[in-house]
Parts: sequence; structure tokens; C-alpha cells
Amino acid sequence: MIGIEHYLTVAAMLFVIGVFGLFLNRKNVIIMLMSIELMLLAVNINLVAFSSFLGDLVGQIFTLFVLTVAAAEAAIGLAILVCFFRVRGTIDVEDVNVMKG
Amino acid sequence: MIAADIQVVLPELVLSVFAMAALMGAVYTIKDRAAPLLVWTTSGVMVLVALWIAIAGPQGSAFEGSFTSDGFSVFAKVMILMSGAAILLMSEGYMARHGILKFEYPVLITLASVGMMVMVSAGDLIVLYMGLELQSLALYVVAALRRDSIKSTEAGLKYFVLGALSSGLLLYGASLTYGYTGTTSFAGIIEATEGGVSTGLLFGLVFLLAGFAFKVSAAPFHMWTPDVYEGSPTPVTAFFATAPKVAAMGLFARVVHDAFGGVVGDWQQIVALLSVLSMFLGAIAAIGQRNIKRLMAYSSIAHMGFALMGLAAGTVLGVQAMLIYMAIYVTMNIGTFAFIMSMEKDGRVVTDIDALQMYSKREPLKALAMLVLLFSLAGVPPMVGFFGKLYVLRAAYDAGLGWLAVAGVLASVIGAFYYLRIVYYMYFGEERDALDPGMSPVLWGFLMASAAVMVVGIVNLFGIEPAAAAAAASLVN
Repeated sequence: MIGIEHYLTVAAMLFVIGVFGLFLNRKNVIIMLMSIELMLLAVNINLVAFSSFLGDLVGQIFTLFVLTVAAAEAAIGLAILVCFFRVRGTIDVEDVNVMKG
Repeated sequence: MIAADIQVVLPELVLSVFAMAALMGAVYTIKDRAAPLLVWTTSGVMVLVALWIAIAGPQGSAFEGSFTSDGFSVFAKVMILMSGAAILLMSEGYMARHGILKFEYPVLITLASVGMMVMVSAGDLIVLYMGLELQSLALYVVAALRRDSIKSTEAGLKYFVLGALSSGLLLYGASLTYGYTGTTSFAGIIEATEGGVSTGLLFGLVFLLAGFAFKVSAAPFHMWTPDVYEGSPTPVTAFFATAPKVAAMGLFARVVHDAFGGVVGDWQQIVALLSVLSMFLGAIAAIGQRNIKRLMAYSSIAHMGFALMGLAAGTVLGVQAMLIYMAIYVTMNIGTFAFIMSMEKDGRVVTDIDALQMYSKREPLKALAMLVLLFSLAGVPPMVGFFGKLYVLRAAYDAGLGWLAVAGVLASVIGAFYYLRIVYYMYFGEERDALDPGMSPVLWGFLMASAAVMVVGIVNLFGIEPAAAAAAASLVN
């Protein structure tokens, strides 16, 4: 029987993969955007699982809001990335280093 | 029913409709040539809305408690709108000179302000998230406003990636909170935590606080701050240093008191730790900075540490101290950034603090105003900045956090060094090439007004104390 804890475990694993993808990835900014998306989707799994477990619809409504905002966020991220590529000529993570820190 | 709800969110609605109308109007007519007019109109509208909220603003809660308008939100909203309007006025001349005065700028600032107003009024995790994202998405874009500059686009990119990470952390916390309490409304959460906090909920709380710490740029979640401050155009940096900080701090206070007010002991230690780390990191890391914008970034990290100290107290007095501190901080920063915006040599922007050597000889009045502001930032006694620190220290001490108050005093002594070094350069440095003389009247006005407030305010802090007390009392109960 698959219970709530299995869903939560999957979501936690996806979330951690997303966070690690953000920090350990040294190659490409696009991969960072994918990692961010992974984190948000992990949250969605969490919300839907809780919503079904609690028999309460609010979690699924929250998920719809998160999906919408994630789409807007990805659009803005890609737009900034395009601007960055135009002036810098590369989107390697190692080259996002004009300022220290 | 719905009419009464609309009544409560009317100020936000008015501003959003204004932003959309301004966007459409400018797109279909004269585009960027409308920008100067739009900047002035926007800041006028923001001031009017702020006055409306302060004098006759709607009170009460709407949409079944998911949006609250009370004394606390009124105080925070007035601060947000006033500082936003001031920064808009200051930026017009600067941006026009450097060719980045786009009509989208005032529109984005308005939308970000609406997001901030929703944040400080949130009564539900979904509303909190929507407000936060409206603010953040608008701010990512303004950080990268100078599209042809590597630094500005890089600042935008870094802000976006780390901001999205913080939103992710916050959302994960929100999902755990929802799962373990069965509700997203703050009123429901506070009921569910009456019998203490379960382990799952504690994880949720920690993730939520980590997300907020990113937004207020508290250490150890501060790493985006110096780069974003340095890379963004200076007016945008000035905006980042004021209104979003107030909003994020307001949201922080709103969540810990409205949703987790019953379990102060569970978050107090986390907030106290954030506070200590921010104060010391801000004070120590700023010592090596030569770029005044990076220096202000570390300064704001340290100041957020002090504001968090008030919050860590977990009392009415603590929230009051935090509000007073934020009001003083915002006023000081507006004046300081007015000065930074005027730092130019041969028409090019200068941000190195070496350029200020012997500034007092050429511009005695401006140097004096800057001296007052820097003393106030450092918390030197006769200035208003000192009283801000005094309030938070007293709140922390009264709440039994004596060690935190002692740490705060030590950090403020260390932090005084880098402010006083700028004063030293201005008055006792060696002769260097002069900065361009002159300053636009608007910037001059804001610099002098801010410095004057820091001196005159010691009489009664302009009556802000009872207002902050009433605001705090409406939040904590």
C-alpha cells in the first residue's frame, strides 16, 4: 500500500536533488533553471499528497497558483538569461563572475 | 459580501489598475518619452495612496481572513509607499542622464509595491506567496534594467537564481505547514499549534524562516546582496535597500506572530541566531570593501540583524522597536543613496570611497550632511540612528535575551569603523581629483532633509513612537 509517507519521501528527494543541482552544477545556467523547476514541482507533489490525505481542496488550489507563478518565473528567468547572453556571449556558470562573491 | 472585501483591498486594486493603465497607455503612445512624466505621476499616486491609507484607509479582514488590513499593515504600507515614491523621484534625473529611463521602470516599481503591500497584509500562506512573487518577479527585472551592461544583467541573473531558490525553500515550508496543520490560513495555524509544534511542522517553520531570511538578506542567507547591490543601477539599489526590506521584515513579523504567535519559544532562537550572524557578518565583512555600493550592502545586512533582534524578543515592545528601527533605517538610506547617486566624475559614475578624500574642503555642506547620516548609520549617540538601536536593544534585554543585546553592542562598535573611515576620508584624507561639483536639486533636497531628520528627530522621533506602538499592538495579541 502506498501511503502519504511515500509521496513525501519522493517529494523530499526531488527537492534535495533540485537544491544540489543549483549549487553543485558548474556548467550551465539552463540547468539551474531546471533545478529551480524541480524544487517547485517537488513542492507541488507535497501539496497534492497532503491535499488528498487531508481530504481538503486548498492544497490543490495552492498547487495551481504555484504552477502559474512558476511559469511566470521561468519566463522572466529566461528573459534575463537572454540579456546576459547578449552582453557576455556565454551562459556558463563559471562565467557569471564579473563581481566577486 | 464581495463588495465589503473589495473595499478592504481597494488601495492595492487602485495601484494595480494604475500600473496596468500606465503600461498600456505608454506602450500604445509615446513609449519611453512618457517615462519622465510617468515617474512623477507614479510617485504622486503612491504618495496619495499612502496618505489615504494612513488617514482613512479601510480596516478589517477580507476574503475570509486571507487578507488583513490592520494597524500593523497600515504602518508598513505607508513606509513602503513613501520610500518607493521618494526613490522614484530621486531616480528620474540619474536614469535620464545615463539613458536608462524606460517607461517600464515606474510600472515595475508600482507592481513591486503592490506585491509588498499584499505581503504585509497576508493572512494566508497562498496570499503570502502570491504577494512575495509579485514583488520578486518585478524586482528581478529592475535589477537587470541596464540591459547592455554585464554587471547589471549578472546582478539580475544572480538575484533571480537565489531569489527563486529562496521562494522554493519558503514554498516547501508552506507545504509542510499546510500538511501538518491542515490549513493555510494564519488563524487556523495558530489554533492548530495551541498544543505545541510537531516535528513535521517544525521543519516547515524552519524552511519558512529560511525563505524569509533570504528576502531580508540576513546572514547566512545574504550572499546575493553585495553582488546585486553592486551590479544594479544605483537608483534600483536604493530601492532594494528600502521598500523590499520593510516589506520582507513586515512579512516576517506577520508570520511569526499571526501564524506562530503561540509558540514563540520555537522560533525565537532561530531569529536570534540570524540576528547575531547578520550583525557580525555585516560589521566585519564591510571593513574590506572599497566600493560604496557593496559597503551599503553589508551595512544593510548588519541593520537587518538589528531589526531581527527586535523581532527575536517576541513581544509587543519588540515589534514596536523593529518598526521604529525600520523607519529610521529607511530614512537614513534614502539620504545616503541620494548622495551616492550624485557621485560622478566627468559624467561617469564613481563608487570608490577613495574618491571622497577631502570632500569636505570642496563641498562643506554636503560633507556635513553625509557626516550626520554616517554617524546615524553607525549609531553614534546624538543622532536618531542611536535611538533606533536603543529601542531594539531594550526590547531584547527586556525579553531576557541579554546576551543578544551585548552582542548587538559589540557588533555596532565594530561596524562603526567603516562608517567613520568614510568620515575620516572626507575630512582628513589626502587631496585627490575632485568629483564633479553640483547635484540635482531633488537629490540635494532628499540628502539635506534626511540629514535634518537625523538631527531634529531626537526631539520626539516625529511622533513615530506611539504610531509604532499601536501598530505593534494590533499585530501581537
